[in-house]
Amino acid sequence: MAFVRPLLDPSPRPPPVPGSLPPPSADLPRPIAEPPIGSDLSQNPFDSSSRLSNASARLRVDYNSGDRVLFPEPGSADSFRRVSGSRTAVRHGSGAESDRFGVASLREISDEDARFVYIGDPARTNERFQFTGNSIRTGKYSVFTFIPRNLFEQFHRVAYIYFLIIAILNQLPQLAVFSREASIMPLAFVLLVTAVKDGYEDWRRHRADRIENNRTAYVLSDGEFGPKLWKDVRVGEIIRVRSNESLPCDMVLLSTSDPTGVAYVQTINLDGESNLKTRYAKQETLSKVPEKDPVTGVIRCEQPNRNIYGFHANMDIQGKKVSLGASNIVLRGCEIKNTAWVVGVAVYAGRETKVMLNSSGAPSKRSRLETHMNRETMLLAFILVAMCSIVSIFAGIWLRNHKDELDYSPYFRKKDFSEKEEENYNYDGIGAEVAYRFLMSIIVFQIMIPISLYISMELVRLGQAYLMIQDRNLFDETTNSRLQCRALNINEDLGQIKYVFSDKTGTLTQNKMEFQCASISGVDYQAEMDPLSADHADCSVRVGDQFWRPKMRVNVNTDLVKLLRSGHGREERKYVYDFFLALSACNTIVPIVVDTADENSKLIDYQGESPDEQALVYAAAAYGFVLVERTSGHIVVDILGNRQRFDILGLHEFDSDRKRMSVIVGCPDKTVKLFVKGADNSMLGVLEESLDLDVVQATKNHLHAYSSLGLRTLVVGIRELTGGEFHEWKSSYERASTTLFGRSKALRLVASNVESHLHILGASGIEDKLQDGVPEAIESLREAGIKVWVLTGDKQETAISIGFSCKLLTTNMDQIVINSHSKEACRRSLEDAMAMSRKHLQMVHDAGRISLALIIDGTSLVHILENELEEELFKVATACDVVLCCRVAPLQKAGIVSLIKSRTEDMTLAIGDGANDVSMIQMADVGIGISGQEGRQAVMASDFAMGQFRFLVPLLLVHGHWNYQRMSYMIVYNFYRNAVFVFVLFWYILYTGFSLSTAITEWSSVLYSIIYTALPTIVVGILDKDLSRKTLLKYPQLYGAGQREEGYNLNVFLLTMVDTIWQSAAIYFIPYLAYRNSTVDGSSIGNIWTLGVVILVNVHLAMDLFRWTWISHVVIWGCIVATWICVIVIDSLPFLPGFWAIYHVMGTALFWLCLLGILVVGMIPRFALKSFRGYFFPSDIRIGRELEKAGGYYEAVAGSIEMRPVVGAGGARS
Amino acid sequence: MWFPVSLNLKKPVNSKFTQQELPACKPILSPGWVITTFAFIGLIFIPVGLASLFASQRVVEIVDRYDVACVPEHLQDDKLAYIQNSTVDKTCTRKLKVPRLMRSPIFIYYELENFYQNHRRYVKSRSDKQLRSREGESDTESCSPEAKTSNGSVIVPCGLIAWSMFNDTYGFSINSKVLDVNKKDIAWNSDKYHKFGSDVYPKNFQSGPFIGGGKLNSSIPLSEQEDLIVWMRTAALPTFRKLYGKIEVDLEPNEEIMVTIHNNYNTYSFGGKKRLVLSTTSWIGGKNDFLGMAYLTFGGLSLLIAATFILIHLIRPRSLGDPSYLSWNKNPAGYSN
Repeated sequence: MAFVRPLLDPSPRPPPVPGSLPPPSADLPRPIAEPPIGSDLSQNPFDSSSRLSNASARLRVDYNSGDRVLFPEPGSADSFRRVSGSRTAVRHGSGAESDRFGVASLREISDEDARFVYIGDPARTNERFQFTGNSIRTGKYSVFTFIPRNLFEQFHRVAYIYFLIIAILNQLPQLAVFSREASIMPLAFVLLVTAVKDGYEDWRRHRADRIENNRTAYVLSDGEFGPKLWKDVRVGEIIRVRSNESLPCDMVLLSTSDPTGVAYVQTINLDGESNLKTRYAKQETLSKVPEKDPVTGVIRCEQPNRNIYGFHANMDIQGKKVSLGASNIVLRGCEIKNTAWVVGVAVYAGRETKVMLNSSGAPSKRSRLETHMNRETMLLAFILVAMCSIVSIFAGIWLRNHKDELDYSPYFRKKDFSEKEEENYNYDGIGAEVAYRFLMSIIVFQIMIPISLYISMELVRLGQAYLMIQDRNLFDETTNSRLQCRALNINEDLGQIKYVFSDKTGTLTQNKMEFQCASISGVDYQAEMDPLSADHADCSVRVGDQFWRPKMRVNVNTDLVKLLRSGHGREERKYVYDFFLALSACNTIVPIVVDTADENSKLIDYQGESPDEQALVYAAAAYGFVLVERTSGHIVVDILGNRQRFDILGLHEFDSDRKRMSVIVGCPDKTVKLFVKGADNSMLGVLEESLDLDVVQATKNHLHAYSSLGLRTLVVGIRELTGGEFHEWKSSYERASTTLFGRSKALRLVASNVESHLHILGASGIEDKLQDGVPEAIESLREAGIKVWVLTGDKQETAISIGFSCKLLTTNMDQIVINSHSKEACRRSLEDAMAMSRKHLQMVHDAGRISLALIIDGTSLVHILENELEEELFKVATACDVVLCCRVAPLQKAGIVSLIKSRTEDMTLAIGDGANDVSMIQMADVGIGISGQEGRQAVMASDFAMGQFRFLVPLLLVHGHWNYQRMSYMIVYNFYRNAVFVFVLFWYILYTGFSLSTAITEWSSVLYSIIYTALPTIVVGILDKDLSRKTLLKYPQLYGAGQREEGYNLNVFLLTMVDTIWQSAAIYFIPYLAYRNSTVDGSSIGNIWTLGVVILVNVHLAMDLFRWTWISHVVIWGCIVATWICVIVIDSLPFLPGFWAIYHVMGTALFWLCLLGILVVGMIPRFALKSFRGYFFPSDIRIGRELEKAGGYYEAVAGSIEMRPVVGAGGARS
Repeated sequence: MWFPVSLNLKKPVNSKFTQQELPACKPILSPGWVITTFAFIGLIFIPVGLASLFASQRVVEIVDRYDVACVPEHLQDDKLAYIQNSTVDKTCTRKLKVPRLMRSPIFIYYELENFYQNHRRYVKSRSDKQLRSREGESDTESCSPEAKTSNGSVIVPCGLIAWSMFNDTYGFSINSKVLDVNKKDIAWNSDKYHKFGSDVYPKNFQSGPFIGGGKLNSSIPLSEQEDLIVWMRTAALPTFRKLYGKIEVDLEPNEEIMVTIHNNYNTYSFGGKKRLVLSTTSWIGGKNDFLGMAYLTFGGLSLLIAATFILIHLIRPRSLGDPSYLSWNKNPAGYSN
């Protein structure tokens, strides 16, 4: 799914939690005062919000008492009523339907799709449609269904089916290779382990469900709100929720404690965004007191769906049709904050609530290594079939050759004489016998297909994920978040990445916006860099005997401050005044007052969904335009110490088509003003350029200069509306907001109509600082051979400037800029680019190479991606070292990722933080979400989530490398380990008349992959490290091993298989030849083979181990000892044929000489090859290991060699 | 995998384990190590190989195949008829010459070739429960087709293995002086005391229409039927030896042993061969040069590898840990493609 999300409307930033201080950082603007860390509101953020509500309540009282009311003209509200008819009819936000993610909300509801909810009448609501109750069940099983259901679910896995088929085959009397107990053992083991794990998880879920279901809600019945358990709440009931309480189900708001129907909710449990969101009750219902005057009506809403940002319904109330949107619904899982109470009607309950529908797990992907592994598994299956065929065919030949003897041969005895009539005993003819042998050999050789590998891989990935999560270098101190592994099956893909697609805002940058400069009426004002020189004292607001200050300090321009404070009468002051008024009015920021340790001083925290808006409001406050209060109908701004009330008559929210937003403000002087702010290209189109040509030109120049500095720019415009214009707008606005079909489109049209002929006020430049360590991280990634592509919605100039500051672009690069507006132009640019890249490629052969950078903008991309020019773009882009795409829409980001993904085998990684990156994160092989400022949608869609971009370096170069190396070795080793055992069985079968006898006891066969050899590979898969973190960060090029698939490929597999055959031959033939013509019995020689194979595979692992920690010692030697103990135990059971054999055989010198011989002869080829290769044809990893061993010696000596000493930022910090 | 939705705000645990910094030994296959290892293997293997070869050479072994020779000339064309004819006297004498001094104890083995005692059908055809105690007597399920007699009473010991027990007998004499053959303690004590019951007596054994091999004295409990116990410990390979008895006197060189063989056992039906083996023993077991040769070969190979390594190391030395060998330093443009 693709979310269309406006570029300049990023999601909110979490407010700092009281009790945890933002880290002191020289780069960051310090809050004016630290949040209080008093015992009274120590760790609990909710305490503070209850205070918030008290504070705002006090504020309201202040106004009402008239004592401190500073409205210049008390009658202004009345005068507005005159202008607008009913002042309250036009409401902030509730009308302007939010269709930010509006795929769902764009479609209208037809009757059959609708669900009818009769307000306050649950009986009638549930009459026709039995809606689900509100009890939730996340637990899958009950006591009775656990065994059947869990088994049923487990057998969805192919591996278990394989086990099952083998076990069933073995139950047929003709095919009974193993005894019943032994044959069921492997299946029973994995089933048991999985069932215990599932059972435990389910028990925890049940417990959580029980707690959740038994919470109390207050439901209206018989005219009063009475307590009711959550699980008994039904759709259609009216529910009251108080401040700081959780919502029991999804409800449409009817009324709130706020007279204007505003409610604040915190959605942290739903989407992780911790800022407060505003929701509104509808005008038509908010005045009713449910206890006395029950609301009656019917809500037609869409069927339950997962979209937590959309809701589509309308409400028939008192014959009036009212439309409902996402801003009218509060969702289960959220908490009411800062609002004394809300009353709402339940529309979705239980598992139909949006939070429950969204509770599905992480995305499921399959790693590249696993895909490749399947290829070799097929090969092994082929070998298995071949071996079974050999055995069965030879058995057939053997039976035919001995046909005449078998009737009476003592060891076969085909004839049964126990009955009167001689008959064949257990023999159905050669054909059937061959078929039986084939199936039996599949049973005997079953572990050739390494089913246990799949289970081991799950465990190993779990362990790897644990170590990644625990890595302190991936822990973000500022947001206090550690790495999250959401997808558990692609750990090793992190070691093979070739392309990184990165978002810019919030990913490369901090997404902490800081107002830097403004161009007002064509004059450029730069904020002073030194915060000390600016005077901050004046920006506090006096309320009663308290001082309220904005929470964030902003650097100001002294001239501008002077102009505002003392420049009365100067013409430019008017523009500046309007400019800052626009900044504080034209937004959706809500000021929240926070207590400080000092009784008399409070902080104003501006909460909102867009960091840009926050920055602008803080800036306005710094210049004396302090936004003090916002309700749905008005705002209060303290303008230079003078408190004024402005009525918000209309608000057109931001949308990605218009790329601007606007408010219509009724000013105290009875004028009606339209303030518009938006992206420069959308704003310049709606300006009345003829009015102030020079100013527009100057602003354009400033805009260019700002974006060249890497600043985000916004243009602000104003128009005064005449009474006629206002009426015209108002009637069309009301019409549009009650439209049932295409409402959002109609509203957009209304907005576009009014947003025209604007006077330019100015433009703002907001700086979004680079995150720590981004340039170093990009440098490291590029050295690692990873191509970093930056995809941003910013302007080309901004993007290039950021590109330079994060070292993506360097001055010695040649830039190819594609910036065309037609198909033909695009084709031409691409052709030129191709020629240029070819020229560059030739230069590679000559001498040093100049890097190429491709800079392409969204419009060109549209033309290219739509017009079969993709192939050319792909060629150009892959020839370039750096690609920078600017002005790209979210879907285009995914398009670019898929351009690479579909044309190469190379692994892609996308990293982003916002909803606009979701499509690209889902498209890429590995998606990484930055859990930073912009909410958690990217995180929810991602495979891994972390706090900072620079963590990508340790994540890929260190953990990715390790995981890839571990996993690839583990796969090869597991193939080898199982195959070597199967081959030993196979050799023996050739000497038993192809009758599938095994000298190795059936119990050892079964325990082989469970006890004898399982643990070491899992431990090595989790813990082994070929190179240290330091080396990997110092030589990012070592990452290439994963990109070139050095750890696991067909050659490695085949070589291992050749080695496997050699080793199995050594294991089998050394005892065979040593004990030929002797009295040895099957059990004794079987013990030698069992111990031989186990020792050899464990020593093989030990030899390939890179790091010997105590854990590796314990598991490897422990496994050999455990095997020995098992063999001894098996041979101590008198009812088994091999009784006491091990004791007898262990007492002979031959036994020990055989084991030593097996070990040495088996390992010689591998050891020799490894030594020769390591010494004479060393891989980079080998050299790296030698470097580690040699310490810093060569670094000191070899000055002439380019060392590229880049230590990834964050690498060596602990 | 199911994870609760949580923000994971916990700080990572700072331990050597979680930070993957456990102290570790990081061995590298440096030339020194490699050469030492191979030389060491060579130096261990060659003496061991020589010792076992020497031990094997000291073992004196007399092998005599008699299955063909013991059939009278005129019956050579139909050996099967000869062996199945119970009226013919199957005694046969063989003369064996002692090549070197054979010190006692001298082990007497019979060797069967092409007898698949490891055949799945055969190996399974026994009842350990029945052998162990009288209570398990009726446990003959796994013994088919030698589980019960045609009138339904159980056979003890049941199964093909017991049924096909070897029953050739050997008598030895030197210059008409009979050599005693000690047939005690030829089976493992563990088998005698724990696997074969002292209260289990043979019953209905070899009473069917088709006799597979030796008969048992039904008044002696199974635990004392050592020939059966030896036979029931099935051999690993299709050619195998089993202990028949021991001669507890030294045999002088060039002495001639007269062996009187009762050639009862039918190997002719499946083309099996029978041999009589007299052998002394050593610490390595019987006569088998293989292990000694193998140790010598691979010991020598290891030395050769060590030498090759030294040679190449001298011709083309490489200093360890030299960053100039890193692929991107050898080929500066290489890494960026």
